[in-house]
Amino acid sequence: MYKPAIFELSNQRISHGNQTLLEVESLTIGQHEKVALIGRSGSGKSTLLRLLRSQAPKACAICPQHLGLVPSLSVFHNIYMGALHRHPSWFNLLNLIKPNPKIHKQIEALCAVLELDGKTSTSVDRLSGGQMQRTALGRALYQQADIFLGDEPVSSVDSHQAQRIIDIINEAHTTVVIALHDQQLAKSHFNRIIGLHQGRIVLDTTSDQVTEADINAIYQA
Amino acid sequence: MIIHTGGSTASGLKRTSLWFICIAAACLLFADLEIAGSDPWLELGRIGLGLLTPNFFATESLWQALFNTLAFALVGVVIANIFGFMLALVFHWPLVRYFCSATRAIHELFWALIFLQIFGLSTVTGILAIAIPYSGIFAKVYAEILEESDQRPQQALPPQRSLVSAFFYTRLPIALPHFKSYCLYRLECGIRSSAILGFIGLPTLGFHLDTAFKQGHYSQASALLYLFFILIATMKYWMRFKLAPIYLISAIYVLPAGGEFSWPLLLRFITEDIIPSPLRMSEEPLLAQLHTVTIWCWSLLSQQGVEGILNTLILSLIALVGSGLISLTMFPLVSRHFSNRPARGLGQAALVVFRSIPELILAFICTLILGPSMLPAILALSLHNGAIIGFLVGQYSNTLRLRDDACSGLNLYFYEVLPRIYPQFLAFLFYRWEVIMRETAILGILGIHTLGFYIDSAFEDLRFDRAIFLIMITAALNMLIDALSRRLRSRIHLGNFERMANC
Repeated sequence: MYKPAIFELSNQRISHGNQTLLEVESLTIGQHEKVALIGRSGSGKSTLLRLLRSQAPKACAICPQHLGLVPSLSVFHNIYMGALHRHPSWFNLLNLIKPNPKIHKQIEALCAVLELDGKTSTSVDRLSGGQMQRTALGRALYQQADIFLGDEPVSSVDSHQAQRIIDIINEAHTTVVIALHDQQLAKSHFNRIIGLHQGRIVLDTTSDQVTEADINAIYQA
Repeated sequence: MIIHTGGSTASGLKRTSLWFICIAAACLLFADLEIAGSDPWLELGRIGLGLLTPNFFATESLWQALFNTLAFALVGVVIANIFGFMLALVFHWPLVRYFCSATRAIHELFWALIFLQIFGLSTVTGILAIAIPYSGIFAKVYAEILEESDQRPQQALPPQRSLVSAFFYTRLPIALPHFKSYCLYRLECGIRSSAILGFIGLPTLGFHLDTAFKQGHYSQASALLYLFFILIATMKYWMRFKLAPIYLISAIYVLPAGGEFSWPLLLRFITEDIIPSPLRMSEEPLLAQLHTVTIWCWSLLSQQGVEGILNTLILSLIALVGSGLISLTMFPLVSRHFSNRPARGLGQAALVVFRSIPELILAFICTLILGPSMLPAILALSLHNGAIIGFLVGQYSNTLRLRDDACSGLNLYFYEVLPRIYPQFLAFLFYRWEVIMRETAILGILGIHTLGFYIDSAFEDLRFDRAIFLIMITAALNMLIDALSRRLRSRIHLGNFERMANC
């Protein structure tokens, strides 16, 4: 099947001071690919995600590790933030003062999907870690972009919920790249697995071909 | 369809803010906002021209005034530092806390007016006027710093250690850097206070500013203002703690000696002048005296006090909301989320200018243009305090980490930044309320009918009993606002560097 390339990296090197954070000789990610990024902490997953985003910033919805939520605002407003670019500023300001009923309904429906029902008008600083993470996911989903880039977006939710959420993300986006630690989830819900070690790609294969030994090699190297 | 937003932190903050805006709007209805100046544009043009053509050679004994300003500030702040530190150690005693609260509730100029009656226009008056209220402030802030500093090292010491060694080995070294940076900041405030002491006749920059402005010599006045800015802007280069002893010795050397201190005068002031007039030489029985005093207080209150209190409250509330609005408009000038480096430099310069001019001088200039009403006072208080809070809020916003795909422009301001800075902003603003209140009272000296106006008139008529009574009312009002603002702040959340807003 022909897949037009969404991301194309060749000979990219990102360093901070003397330390090389990431070195990619060649990497192509096509449309319709669902990619799981695995690797130990500090292996360069976040850096790779940032690099990918810089190639097509407008087409990407992101879910950063630090979530980037506004603590004092409600779940409704935080999720709505994904759509700020779709509306004129005056409309956004009005919506900040008094939520637009139509949009409120949409977001309430999205909250129900994310199991955040009843929390729509609660501010984020009153939520649990898992609820916060789902709010950030809600924002990314509400952006309705083609590409989803997530940096451990399901680390604080239980495994049952994580599977459901990854399904929702995969369904809503044509291209998905997610960094995660859950190997089972990587194998079952993604069609390609990229492994990073010390800033280099050491594994790049389809998920049905990946073996236990491959993954162990990355985490124990 | 009704949408309930009761469960969000933002809606609580919004409610608090709306209350204050409504109260301030109601106050506007009762405020005297007339433009009483004969020709504001002409006056503004003349002042503008003066600002463009500063004349540094018109002021006689300019250097003496400059050195005096510095010397009063330095000696006053050093003395306040010593007493403030000692009081901070026993700040948990309620009596000490009330005492400090009372000393700082009275403005430097009111203290100066009191000491003027005892020590005349002398060095002692100037130094005491700064040292006394500043001791109260130092005590409070130093006590807060000690309380907030890390207690774990002290807890890790062997239990049989003495209190003194524990203090000098653990608590003091941890708190010392904070003491130092606050002390430096306080010195800047001290220079401002010292300058405005000139308005009541002490030989500092304010004296020459007052004269130059009143005579319409705006080129001379602007030169003095510029000198003042340079002094404050360059402070971080010349104020080194190692050089402090040298500065202190030179300050004592520079300050004019003498003054006409006499015991009988002091004794008369305390035992006679400040006693309510109907009681002096009174032969009545105690109960009758009490009755006379009550009548005296009541008539003073109803003739001057109530109007003074109301005007002070009205003006300070409008100025509080005005400062808030101005700081929220100005902070993007110094925030990296909205301005690039060169723009931030310019913004910072503008904010530093408004922050450096004492409210009294700013209000004085505005009064020259707009005539004596509440309008120039509102303008001056809002600009000065708005610049200070705007600067702090801008700095705070620079510590925020936003997500990479955050929006821009108005969306960024209202959705990402404003909700994040708002609790901190309100904390700064409420912390500042007490200061705005103090300044509002003192602006009465310029002819606006706040408490300061009646206090100043009482001093002019040599009715010290009335002056002291009204000063006590002012202090009580201030302590009330202080308590109220503390309650409001504890409801929001306490940021730890908001004390930088209390100058």
